[in-house]
Amino acid sequence: MIIRLAKLAGCLLLTAALLGGCSGGDEQFHAKSIERLMPPLAFELTDETGKRVTADAYRGKTAMLFFGFTHCPHFCPMTLAKLTGVLKKLPDDIRRDVRVLFVSVDPARDTPQGLAAYTDNFAPEVIGLTGTEAELRSLAKRYRTTFSYGKPDADGGYNVSHGLAVYVFDPRGKARLMILKDQGIDQIADDVGKLAASTE
Amino acid sequence: MGYHTAFSAARRSLTNMSPVDLLAWLAPYQFSWLAVTLLPLAALLYALGLRFAAADGEKTGFWRPFAFFLGVTLCYVVMHTRFDYYGQFLFFMHRAQHLVLHHAGALLIALGNPLRYWKRALAFPGSQAGRRVAGVLFRAVAVPARVLQHPVIGSIVFVGLIYFWLTPSVHFDAMLSHPLYLLMNWSMLIDGLLFWMVLVDPRPPREAGTPGYATRFLMILFTAVPQIVLGAYITFSRQNLYSVYSVCGRAWPIGPKIDQLYGGILTWIPPAMMEVLAALIVLSLLLRREREAGAAMSGAREKS
Repeated sequence: MIIRLAKLAGCLLLTAALLGGCSGGDEQFHAKSIERLMPPLAFELTDETGKRVTADAYRGKTAMLFFGFTHCPHFCPMTLAKLTGVLKKLPDDIRRDVRVLFVSVDPARDTPQGLAAYTDNFAPEVIGLTGTEAELRSLAKRYRTTFSYGKPDADGGYNVSHGLAVYVFDPRGKARLMILKDQGIDQIADDVGKLAASTE
Repeated sequence: MGYHTAFSAARRSLTNMSPVDLLAWLAPYQFSWLAVTLLPLAALLYALGLRFAAADGEKTGFWRPFAFFLGVTLCYVVMHTRFDYYGQFLFFMHRAQHLVLHHAGALLIALGNPLRYWKRALAFPGSQAGRRVAGVLFRAVAVPARVLQHPVIGSIVFVGLIYFWLTPSVHFDAMLSHPLYLLMNWSMLIDGLLFWMVLVDPRPPREAGTPGYATRFLMILFTAVPQIVLGAYITFSRQNLYSVYSVCGRAWPIGPKIDQLYGGILTWIPPAMMEVLAALIVLSLLLRREREAGAAMSGAREKS
């Protein structure tokens, strides 16, 4: 019985150690840490100039990635406006090394040119990306999110539902933070500034 | 955004299904070696054990093997087909997935009396060395299994795991990390198996050293009540407890409140019914033992 209990205690300790190992780094951020939860940045997509790009193109940059579509009525423009606000808060030498990657999951309507025109409304650091539906599905799967298309209305317009998180990757491409809607511009700027500065 | 939309979406996707769609439905959303090795291995060993037993003239019957293979199939379907996609992006489908892994599927597998046939298959390796390896392998699994099958520890772990993975912060992380997600699902299945295998073990408790029938009834009571409490809490909670499904997007345009309501009901009612079913199975085992004991006693009386 004592041996049994000792074995049980061992199992519990091991579990505790494993769980302890999962709970974030030592730095304090406002956003949720996804450091040990999500894989590093990797994709193969088409950028807003029509060129094929991989995640390697953004090594050395702190990248804020999120999924959306240009016909998005509220969430996407609001988030892009917020992230533009963040860029404006950052000192120039840090802002230079930050990119916002806006991945359109609506390739039927969002052409690279259309994306370029859309992202120009915000900031030069905001880059539109898109791809085939298969490429977009595999990227969404990698970051454990999904998207789906609503029924078209009389004019052929339709809604696209997509995840709401902004994923932040450090300059080495490691997944670090998940920004949710309750974080404000100041908090995000603080987090992104720390990330960009820490790995130089 | 209500349940009508969700159901009509579900109906559309079911009724418009062509053979190609069906194949696509059977393909895993995220491929996992665990599902394609462990489940077929369990089924293969069982089938082998079944054959060896039949070759020795043992009666294997129809329903126990049927329950086993049905259970394994159900577990595979919820973990490694399109079902898993819905399980990842709808809270109530996730609850349905765990209902199969921890309750229905695991109980069906346990009803197949798998230990007997797995042992049988592992004892086969002809050579002395092969047999020894199989023996060591079996004992290595048997030690932690016996700890987890202790009536008190087993019941606490059975309920504790449900509470643990449904703790909102833990659940959030499990849905973000694929390895954690797999750990969650497999821990539920393995724990379910260990628990139900004790509960519906057909061997006579005293000879096999398994918990007696009274203990088994207590295990059922002890595990059913906290699940009912948790299920009811989720069902009636007004907060959005599992916001990760909003963050990651839902598979259908269904509101978070409805999703949580269905998920709560699936945590509450079917598992409670399953425990009642388990109680009936234990009762039938108990009655059979009494009948056998009675027959043995009158047999002994006739002889004397």
